[in-house]
Amino acid sequence: MSDRPTLVEMRGIKMEGRSDETWTPIIKGVDLTLQKGEVLGLIGESGAGKSTLGLAAMGFTRDGVRISEGSVTFDGIDLLAASAEQKRALLGKRIAYVAQSAAASFNPAHKLIDQHSEGPTQHNVMSKAESEADGMELYRKLRLPNPDEIGFRYPHQVSGGQLQRAMTAMAMSCRPDLIIFDEPTTALDVTTQIEVLASIRDIVEEYDTAAIYITHDLAVVAQMADRIKVLLKGDEVEENETREMLSNPKEQYTKSLWAVREFQRPQKPPVSTDATPVISVQGVTAAYGKIDVLHDVSFDIHAGRTVAVVGESGSGKSTTARCITGLLPPRIGHIELDGNTLPLDYRQRDKEQLRQVQMIYQMADTALNPRKKIGEIIGRPVEFYMGLKGREKRRRVEELLDQIELPAAQYFDRLPSELSGGQKQRIGIARALAAEPKFIICDEVTSALDQLVAEGILRLLADLQDELGLSYMFITHDLATVRSIADEVVVMKDGNVVEQGPKTDMFQPPHHPYTDLLLSSVPEMDPDWLSTLLAERGADNIGDAAVDKMA
Amino acid sequence: MNPVLTIILQRLALGLLTLLIVSFVIFTAVNMLPGDFAEALLGQSATPEAVAAIRKDLNLDQPFFVRYFSWLGAMLTGDLGVSYAQLNFQSNMGASTLKTVADQIAPRFANTMFLAGVTACIAVPFAVTLGVLAALYRNSVFDKGVNIATLTSISSPEFFLAYILVLFLAVLNPLLPSIANIYQGISFQDRLVATLLPALTLTLVVTAHMMRMTRAAIISLLASPYIEMARLKGISPLRVIVKHALPNAWAPIINVIALNLAYLITGVVVVEVVFNYPGIGQLFVDAVKNRDIPVVQACCLIFAGAYILLNLAADILSIMTNPRLRHPK
Repeated sequence: MSDRPTLVEMRGIKMEGRSDETWTPIIKGVDLTLQKGEVLGLIGESGAGKSTLGLAAMGFTRDGVRISEGSVTFDGIDLLAASAEQKRALLGKRIAYVAQSAAASFNPAHKLIDQHSEGPTQHNVMSKAESEADGMELYRKLRLPNPDEIGFRYPHQVSGGQLQRAMTAMAMSCRPDLIIFDEPTTALDVTTQIEVLASIRDIVEEYDTAAIYITHDLAVVAQMADRIKVLLKGDEVEENETREMLSNPKEQYTKSLWAVREFQRPQKPPVSTDATPVISVQGVTAAYGKIDVLHDVSFDIHAGRTVAVVGESGSGKSTTARCITGLLPPRIGHIELDGNTLPLDYRQRDKEQLRQVQMIYQMADTALNPRKKIGEIIGRPVEFYMGLKGREKRRRVEELLDQIELPAAQYFDRLPSELSGGQKQRIGIARALAAEPKFIICDEVTSALDQLVAEGILRLLADLQDELGLSYMFITHDLATVRSIADEVVVMKDGNVVEQGPKTDMFQPPHHPYTDLLLSSVPEMDPDWLSTLLAERGADNIGDAAVDKMA
Repeated sequence: MNPVLTIILQRLALGLLTLLIVSFVIFTAVNMLPGDFAEALLGQSATPEAVAAIRKDLNLDQPFFVRYFSWLGAMLTGDLGVSYAQLNFQSNMGASTLKTVADQIAPRFANTMFLAGVTACIAVPFAVTLGVLAALYRNSVFDKGVNIATLTSISSPEFFLAYILVLFLAVLNPLLPSIANIYQGISFQDRLVATLLPALTLTLVVTAHMMRMTRAAIISLLASPYIEMARLKGISPLRVIVKHALPNAWAPIINVIALNLAYLITGVVVVEVVFNYPGIGQLFVDAVKNRDIPVVQACCLIFAGAYILLNLAADILSIMTNPRLRHPK
């Protein structure tokens, strides 16, 4: 690798972002070198400046961001000195970009193939007809279904994983020297992700394209990159060859990133057979309009236990939660709390029944009223359910803030916008605890958070469970989360429970084929994991193709 | 059934219902005008007997709902009635041929539609182009200049704009006639020339709304990921806006265009008066002055119909620009 010519050279890059009227540094002097045909993984948590740096390698900055110092050269061309026209001649033609959300990054008003051929025709690389034929060829190579026909659809008619591959094809349309992949699989389900990863890797290899692969997922970057660069808050932490980096990280921060997945709760003794479950979901079938989306779903959640409900988007996890809370009354079946049947509709439940079932949401940002202070947000359920007022209420809120490890003196009068993502999620937890419930539904509570922060939330939830004897229903698509916190696992697919049982059983074969597919699709830190899996199973037996086969 | 067709039929039914409600509101409102045709006609010399006789003649002595439903019934069969002024003229002078309200309104309405049409042909492309250019060169001198100019023209009284145009285009440089002389059997070309000054005045009045909405709708999309994607593909700024932003911005623009076109049909009395243009606006104002209720009501219904139809057309066009509705999964 080391003898190949240099393609991108970034020296001493400093970047600033405008907030209100002042410029604050977001990249604090980073060097980056990329050789022709090489894949560099850029990794870091949110706010590390990965995307900003990736775009800067294209000579592009978003509105409100500027490069204050340093140089960017692409194949000998100084991108920072180049005029807008000169840069336009490179963008799309020699440097291409693949965005995180293909659904948002394709123009909804045009067919895929028209968007595909726009670059080549505008850059005079190919005629429209040639580019369309080439597009179909690329779709075939990326293993898209119906490659000759899929391009004539509009973006909304194509699934997320397919769109992401179509966008990779679009980036390839002019056969660029460099592609920036900006978290291309973050928004996808695991079984879909693996397919996209495999096809991106193949095509990058086939055309010997250099790439900068941006992600927060170590296991993903381990499959894709030749070298890895770790960023923290706009500074480079370290950079090394992928294998060296994985086996032998030097810096403390890198080590802590690597160690995140080690948190695991000890196995609890089995529940006695005659115990009454706290929550029992019994034969629930539910529909949106006339279409059934849940089919005969049953499972129990016992006192002090965590049941993880696992499945991909659209599998009915959140719908099950809506049935339990009474937001969506089931069509058939019912929910029991401590052995007593709950009214199906939350409007018919009494305050005591409502109090016992609380919820924590995925997006702490939108689940907290931005106009209310933290004290008011937590104080509201304290007053509503527990009837506390004045000084007693204040004392209880302070107690709750202590429980979630945020000092009351400091946070009581703050607004949600003054907190970080992890702190907001803690407020969400405190609000649920304020009702002193037996049972809390945690709906993807860690999926919007960085790994280190997410781990802190999981530890907090585990401690609270031990202290207060809470039962959790933990909705997640992330099997690492399941491994660390669950006692029992329920696997859902298309509104059905395909398998359920204690966690220890679930992570050992034999499995239901779908569980097996789900488990095998989770990327591992081993850089050979994807190659090995592909060699073992073949390209047709992974991802959506395998799911379709099962059906 | 095709979802687009379903939506169109629903809107059409709602439009008819709206028209029915409007007809009642119009009838009630006209009924509440102080005085009636009899008093307006007789003026100072009104004696109770004479007023009562005319009222009886015109069935004005009937109860409110009887009059409403007989009017509505006639309306549904396409009979707009006969102007009171005409009726009165006939009963006094014994004229043999009666001009119905429809006969009176038709040529005026055609003139109004012609003026609105010419204005729309000039104003809509002009405003949308200006909007696109303002979005392309946003926050530049050009953008600010266009904004100031259009806002100034919309803020000035119509008659003022009209006289300025007359001054420059008819008096100082005699290019166009200052009076819109439209007669029966006029050739299309002459008609166009005669209509041009009023149409230009109205263009100045309606451009600002449409141009500003075009600009705002495009700029609100410029932060979208697909616009960033287009830029990162090296597409030129003009093409980014015309090919990538505009197709997704049509819905709000079309709605503002429809509102402005409706204004052209219903609200141009001042311009008609300035240029002595024989449109429906003047007829309407005269009819109100005379309490000539059949004409007033017919005009109101036409105005309401124009609003409803244009909004319906805007809705349908907005739907047609949405690929999700045009091409369901």
